[in-house]
Amino acid sequence: MVIKLMSALKVEHLSKIYPALNGQGQAVQALEDVSLEVNKNEFVSILGHSGCGKTTLLNLIAGFEVPTAGRIECAGKEVREPGADRSMVFQDYALFPWLTVRDNIAFGLSIKGVDSATIKKDVEHFAALVGLSAFIESYPHQLSGGMRQRVSIARALAVDPTVLLMDEPFAALDAQNRSMMQKEMIRILAEESKTVVLVTHSIEESINLSDVIIVMTRRPGRVKKVIRVPEPRRMVEDTPSYLEVRKQIRDLISDEHDLSEVS
Amino acid sequence: MLFFHSVKQLRRLILLLILLAGWEFASRYILDKTQATLLPPPSGVLNGAIELGFSGELWKHIRDSLAREFIAFCYASVAIPLGIVMGCFKWVNEQVDPIIEILRPIPPIAWIPLSILWFGVGNTQNQFIIFLGIFFPILLNTIDAVKNIEPNLIRAARCLGARGWKVITRVVLRAALPQIVTGIRIGLGVGWMALVAAELVGANSGLGFLINDARTVLRTDYILDGMLAIGLIGLTLDRLIRYAAKKFMPWSRALNA
Repeated sequence: MVIKLMSALKVEHLSKIYPALNGQGQAVQALEDVSLEVNKNEFVSILGHSGCGKTTLLNLIAGFEVPTAGRIECAGKEVREPGADRSMVFQDYALFPWLTVRDNIAFGLSIKGVDSATIKKDVEHFAALVGLSAFIESYPHQLSGGMRQRVSIARALAVDPTVLLMDEPFAALDAQNRSMMQKEMIRILAEESKTVVLVTHSIEESINLSDVIIVMTRRPGRVKKVIRVPEPRRMVEDTPSYLEVRKQIRDLISDEHDLSEVS
Repeated sequence: MLFFHSVKQLRRLILLLILLAGWEFASRYILDKTQATLLPPPSGVLNGAIELGFSGELWKHIRDSLAREFIAFCYASVAIPLGIVMGCFKWVNEQVDPIIEILRPIPPIAWIPLSILWFGVGNTQNQFIIFLGIFFPILLNTIDAVKNIEPNLIRAARCLGARGWKVITRVVLRAALPQIVTGIRIGLGVGWMALVAAELVGANSGLGFLINDARTVLRTDYILDGMLAIGLIGLTLDRLIRYAAKKFMPWSRALNA
């Protein structure tokens, strides 16, 4: 008997071209023939220079933008618009400032029409998961950047997405907070297994968090190489295997750098 | 609602008190009788206010003016849904914007002659003029607020499952609220000014009527009392809305920052 595993996310021959605005300037090809597959409970990082189209790729997966060519499938269903099966964590948090932490986390559940007792229970569960139980009645402007990003993560997890999308979620934090949030993310995923697609330009972040790292080329963005991390989320910095993966990725990335300088 | 938070702040009143004393002195001892009739001393203005207050006259006029302002505001709040629709849908904006752009620069006061012919002298005409004063600031601020909403807030709502109408009621309206309130504040101020102008020529009651009526019987003290009442009520309305905004939208200042 053959059991066919359905992937959580499938991207096939995806291209995105931004047409020239009002006939001025040039059309920009952001993505060219990108294909990738993300298995259930896998953590995939998309890594590349800024301008490589990695955020465009994430926006297409989220359904915020429409591809020029190609196809995206989430749990076997074609993506046509945004939906709670692909909730996103934004770099700038994008919390609703008029809602408390509690109501921010509850937003997706109340849209879904979940009854209030379940909402209360779920919200408290996810607030505890991200370590914010004590701040549940605070407003976002009363919280630090790292805490806001925790709320944003809890809010996105609360709708139980098929794939959690993260767009440079820790880039706006200082170095100390960033490494703490990466550790928190590992802890959260150990408790709450999730399929995650993370966009980042930090090699270390992608090694620390991922099962699979997808290195992108410069514009137009293509998949340059898919790398499997040897011991996902247990990589220890400065060990030989860590350094080896890092060197491999660095070489791939700096290739891209040289190319762009030549051209 | 305290204008002076401490005794120290009372220092701010020193110049005002000196000017009042000078005015009192001038009206009593320097101006001749005719001139003093045209500029009664502050004590005379105060006496006038007490008379108007005890006779109930003042309250009646204040009540009528405030009622007009309030009813006109109720009509003018149509500007909020209109502004949201104009901010959300390009084609509505394309069609409505030219009309707004033509009507907006016409001061409400310029509508007074036509409105008297349309509605006659009285409440309806007054409310129409005030309506024009309130409507446009609310509309323009609402459109602007909707256009300037952080796009990621809309995206966040959509990727959490919100669609169409729910995005508008649960995100657009809330995110735009602080600036809509600013529009209401400005609108009520403009409306209050337009109200007094409308009442000067087209009313049988109200503070505008009171000061014009007092002119015909040469009661300059009543005129000054009416003017003071107009100013104080305008100020109070503005402070009340600011206070309410701060109290009910504690997050709004963080949003604007």
